[in-house]
Amino acid sequence: MKKKIVGMMMILAMASLAAGCGNSKKTSSDKGGADNGKGKIYYLSFKPESDETWKKIATEYTKETGVEMKVVTAAEGTYEQTLKSEIAKTDAPTLFQINGPIGYKNWKDYCLDLKDTKLNSWLLNKDMAVTDGDGVYGIPYVEEGYGIIYNDAIMKKYFALPDKAVSINSTEEINNFATLKQVAEDMTAKKDKLGIDGVFASTSLLAGEDWRWQTHLANLPIYYEYKDKNVKDADTLDFKYADNYKNIFDLYLNNSCTDAKMLGGKSVNDSMAEFALGKAAMVQNGNWAWGQISQVQGNTVKEEDVHFLPIYTGVEGEENQGLCIGTENFFCINSKASEKDQKAAIDFVEWLFSSDYGKKAVTNDLGFIPPFNTFSDSEKPVDPLAKEVIKYMSDSSKKNVDWNFTSFPSQTFKDNFGASLLQYAQGQKKWEDVKNDMIKDWAAEKSVVAAN
Amino acid sequence: MQKVLKKYFLVFTLPTLIAFAIAFVLPFVFGVYLSFCSFRTVSDTKWVGLDNYIKAFTVNKEFFNALIFTVKFAIVSLLSINVFAFLLSMVLTRGLKGTNLFRTVFFMPNLVGGIVLGYIWQCIINGVLSKFGTTLSYSSSYGYWGLIILMNWQMIGYMMVIYVAALQNVSPDLIDASKVDGANAFQRLRYITIPMVMPSITICTFLTLSNSFKLFDQNLALTAGMPAKQTEMLALNIYNTFYGRIGFEGVGQAKAVMFLILVAAIALIQLRFTRSKEVEA
Repeated sequence: MKKKIVGMMMILAMASLAAGCGNSKKTSSDKGGADNGKGKIYYLSFKPESDETWKKIATEYTKETGVEMKVVTAAEGTYEQTLKSEIAKTDAPTLFQINGPIGYKNWKDYCLDLKDTKLNSWLLNKDMAVTDGDGVYGIPYVEEGYGIIYNDAIMKKYFALPDKAVSINSTEEINNFATLKQVAEDMTAKKDKLGIDGVFASTSLLAGEDWRWQTHLANLPIYYEYKDKNVKDADTLDFKYADNYKNIFDLYLNNSCTDAKMLGGKSVNDSMAEFALGKAAMVQNGNWAWGQISQVQGNTVKEEDVHFLPIYTGVEGEENQGLCIGTENFFCINSKASEKDQKAAIDFVEWLFSSDYGKKAVTNDLGFIPPFNTFSDSEKPVDPLAKEVIKYMSDSSKKNVDWNFTSFPSQTFKDNFGASLLQYAQGQKKWEDVKNDMIKDWAAEKSVVAAN
Repeated sequence: MQKVLKKYFLVFTLPTLIAFAIAFVLPFVFGVYLSFCSFRTVSDTKWVGLDNYIKAFTVNKEFFNALIFTVKFAIVSLLSINVFAFLLSMVLTRGLKGTNLFRTVFFMPNLVGGIVLGYIWQCIINGVLSKFGTTLSYSSSYGYWGLIILMNWQMIGYMMVIYVAALQNVSPDLIDASKVDGANAFQRLRYITIPMVMPSITICTFLTLSNSFKLFDQNLALTAGMPAKQTEMLALNIYNTFYGRIGFEGVGQAKAVMFLILVAAIALIQLRFTRSKEVEA
């Protein structure tokens, strides 16, 4: 009797489990059929600041085409985590993004070949795409640039001073590190007259807030090293331009509005607020920062006063160096999604970059500088920093710096370098050690990543 | 009756057993299995044997450092929390005026979530340190003592409540008898009160020890491992390995399994030890 009950219960349990599994599968495919064979789109977005905009675009797209579209945005700095857990689900993202060749290595099992899409054919510069053999697996959807953002109102005030120590008369005349250093140091000496706390906004070195230094600024010495060696990636590094990095990093630290020992508690938002409130005259960041600057309460920076200055580090021939322009945002289509869903995702991105509504949303609402030939000159973004980037892009006398940091070994490498920089800023680590650790870590992380 | 119960045993327990299996046993077994695999997503795995366990120690020293830091933290917080909680409960069982108010006040921090507490204390400590021109991230010892203070502040009230309940249960007869026998206050504490509240000491040491080992939110919010991962504890290290490093998901899982074994072992040893000191009244 007992055995019978046990047996019956087991069978019941199994049956209910099996039924449960069967059911869920069935409903998901049912759902697929329900949207008129058009497939559906699930976009996992990277930028928290434009979450609303993406949702608006999705609603509009559904209205126009009837294709169901879901947008989820990962919280700041958690994109890889979110993608990792989302992609394991039955309803996985069909459209997601990677940050370049390193990101591609991690996600190549999930990237569809996009060589034959219209989107790929629209690319202005085909070299920008993430490729592997013949295939195109990641298509850049935005171009971005960074440099030193300055507030011209303060700079004009400085250049109007009768006792200034430099002979030049405007910020545009700064074209190498020596001049920049002279100006910065003289401004620090006269900071009371200029009404600023320091020339540069805080060098934010809080963990997770140090990407402007361990990634963006570190791009410059790597760019020059790659250029010397004529490569795009390297297993080992000489960090030949380490002293140039030190030049600019020291300049930021010594002429900052914050004491170097306090930098471990500063975030990017803190620095942007300092700049927006006029406490600092310069801050290193990219064109995406305009939104942040203009939204700070009590913002004193006028739209016509923000401009870019290239990051000079004292490398020979840097007089015609431009901004650092590139991208780390590449669209990918989930290769493990159903064909219908893949097509839906491709249709969506092509709509986004070719339809009138899509193009307007891209340039005006998202503020992107799109790297596609479907945009005419009148359809470019209007915010002051994006305009500056476009100006540098079209200025043939300037040689813009590529974003070589997409080849940095791993996030761990960047984090370790950032931690090193913090200890250097706090006076706890010698520059020699920072440099050697960076070289060692580069090689170690490259081999760890390769072994995976 | 017995027979009837036996007959329907499965009818009543099976639903719970199934729920237990689905929500606990299966994920647990799957988790251990994953620690022997290389994977990006949990639905797509490849068996690699002990590779992950080796990597946990060989790729870098983070895990080992986190272990040392956690042990140091656990010992100090175990002692300080229990000593302070016991002293407080002694004071608050003397029938002083406002006892209830104080008990409530001391218990309150326990009701605030760890992440929130971490950020609050980060502001407080950074505020104090800024007077000396520095921040929490300057040195790992700042973060260490910051965590100790934070945990004490949060846990003392909770442990105090347990001790208060135990102290109130110590029979006044025993105290009176010892007084008649001429025991002084210290002797009464040593030979009557402490042995009588030993079960509570077992519970409190267990709670503080296991909580200290498993500490995560407070660690994440207060220091996030700064500077240079020197204040990273085991749980945070596991999280960072699993989520922060592509290709290291299996290593994170292996670390988690080792972590489980370690915490279970320590908790069992500690329970045995304090249990052996318990007495019957």
